[in-house]
Amino acid sequence: MANVLLSAKGIKIRFGGVIAADGIDLDVHEGENLAIIGPNGAGKTTFLNISTGYLRPQAGSVSFLGRDITAQLPRTITKLGIARAFQIPQLFLDQTVMENMLIAAASLRGHPSGLKALSSLPERPEMERLLDLVGVKEYAERKARELPEGQRKLIDIALALALKPKLLLMDEPTSGVASSEKFGIMDILITALAKEKVTSVFVEHDMDMVERYASRVAVWSMGKIQKVGTPAEVLADPKVREHVIGI
Amino acid sequence: MAGRFKPITMAAVVFFLVAAVAPLFVPSWATLFALILAKSIVVLGIILLLQAGQVSFGHAMFFVTGAYSAAFWGKYVGGGDIVLYLVLGAVSSTVFGLIVGLFVVRYREIFFGMLNLAFSMVLWSLLEKMFHYTNGADGIRVARPGLLGLAFTPETFQYVILYVSLLIAIAAFFGVQRYLDSPLGHMLRAIKSNETRLEYLGTSARRVLLVGYVISAFLGGIGGTLVAIIQQIATPEFGYWTKSGEFVFIAILGGGAHAFGAFAGAAMFEVVRFYAAAQLANAWQLILGVVLIVIILYAPNGLIGLRQRDNRSKEGGH
Repeated sequence: MANVLLSAKGIKIRFGGVIAADGIDLDVHEGENLAIIGPNGAGKTTFLNISTGYLRPQAGSVSFLGRDITAQLPRTITKLGIARAFQIPQLFLDQTVMENMLIAAASLRGHPSGLKALSSLPERPEMERLLDLVGVKEYAERKARELPEGQRKLIDIALALALKPKLLLMDEPTSGVASSEKFGIMDILITALAKEKVTSVFVEHDMDMVERYASRVAVWSMGKIQKVGTPAEVLADPKVREHVIGI
Repeated sequence: MAGRFKPITMAAVVFFLVAAVAPLFVPSWATLFALILAKSIVVLGIILLLQAGQVSFGHAMFFVTGAYSAAFWGKYVGGGDIVLYLVLGAVSSTVFGLIVGLFVVRYREIFFGMLNLAFSMVLWSLLEKMFHYTNGADGIRVARPGLLGLAFTPETFQYVILYVSLLIAIAAFFGVQRYLDSPLGHMLRAIKSNETRLEYLGTSARRVLLVGYVISAFLGGIGGTLVAIIQQIATPEFGYWTKSGEFVFIAILGGGAHAFGAFAGAAMFEVVRFYAAAQLANAWQLILGVVLIVIILYAPNGLIGLRQRDNRSKEGGH
């Protein structure tokens, strides 16, 4: 079996009366595309929040490449190689798409300059390539605020890729994207991830997406992992079909 | 980006030329323009923080630090020089800015504004109460300094300080623009639109804001030193909250979106005060108040926004 990148052990967290994680154990292996599915409120996004340091679990631990990252700051975890794309795109709306990308490049590089122009960073061609990869290169000089949600979503993913992560956590990468474009985008994305050797974990509601693009699926239910397996195994399980897919 | 700002940079160049030449014909304008330029340097610092979406209601604390650096040197050591005063003002306000900054960059918006106000009022009280060292509310006179060993008559000196202020203002204007165009400057602007994402890119928003804050304190100190030299006095009133409000007022008046807003705002403010104070005694605040209301209602991007809006309607009309 491939190396374990991210490992969660016994994660527990509750918000008032809601148990969002009730003993989550999960290993993410290098090179896989792991889909997280489950009904709303099952704790899927909470798991991403804990893995990236946005939330601190009340019990349990998360490690990345063998290093404990429980309750580290998001920026520390980012520097170790975990990037995140958001369900609602998180961009710098007053700046152009290219400026957004170059800010990411400058962040990765560290010690940002206060004198040299952002636009003169040597990473510019590479950022152009990434924008091209997700199909939004033509919007490079437009302000993020002017673009429709679907394009912002792709830029959000491109921003995460700009950090050259080892692991990319994506919260519903194709929500907000027109359904006719979903497959096209996921095709591009999964190919890009393989090419850049990025392991991914993505939360997804669309079972067609899961079946087609996930190498492994984890089913969340009320803060617990109900089942883990290949898409075929998981989607064939009658319990999963009843509770998660609703058929 | 560069294309969008070019006309406004041209406006700035014209403004600097007018500031350099006009006082040669109207001597009373020498001090007026020197004051405008000195205050613009302070307001540049306010505009810097506005890029991050933060408003400091206590920036007069750096202004007064710069002013008192010159005043204390004159009082306790004696024999000042413009360059020495500027170095003292710059160093003391930068160090003070770093210390205060370490606290205030942890907060945002109203908390950031109020904590700055609180720090500034502490400093103001100290200057006011430590009468033995500061002469209290009377302040300390700043004797007319020389420049690099040269001494001047009052008539010549008003031009000397005008051109010193002009040189520093030009350097500050282009320096601030360059900074805002750099990765650090863009990160500063990113704090306003999405601080969470900035952290998720691996950058400490606090550190980015701290750099911006210290630069803005430095600019405040330089401006304060210049005003103390121009008016030949430093009083605690330089650090009072109304003075901080005045800087924010000028920034909003001129427009916080671009460095030139500082100059447009300061010019409007000082010119109205200069003429209205003579003609209408105490009504100048009233006039400025009305101007600000009109600006906020009809030109929320300030004076420089008027011109940009004009351009946009032309572009739209073809």
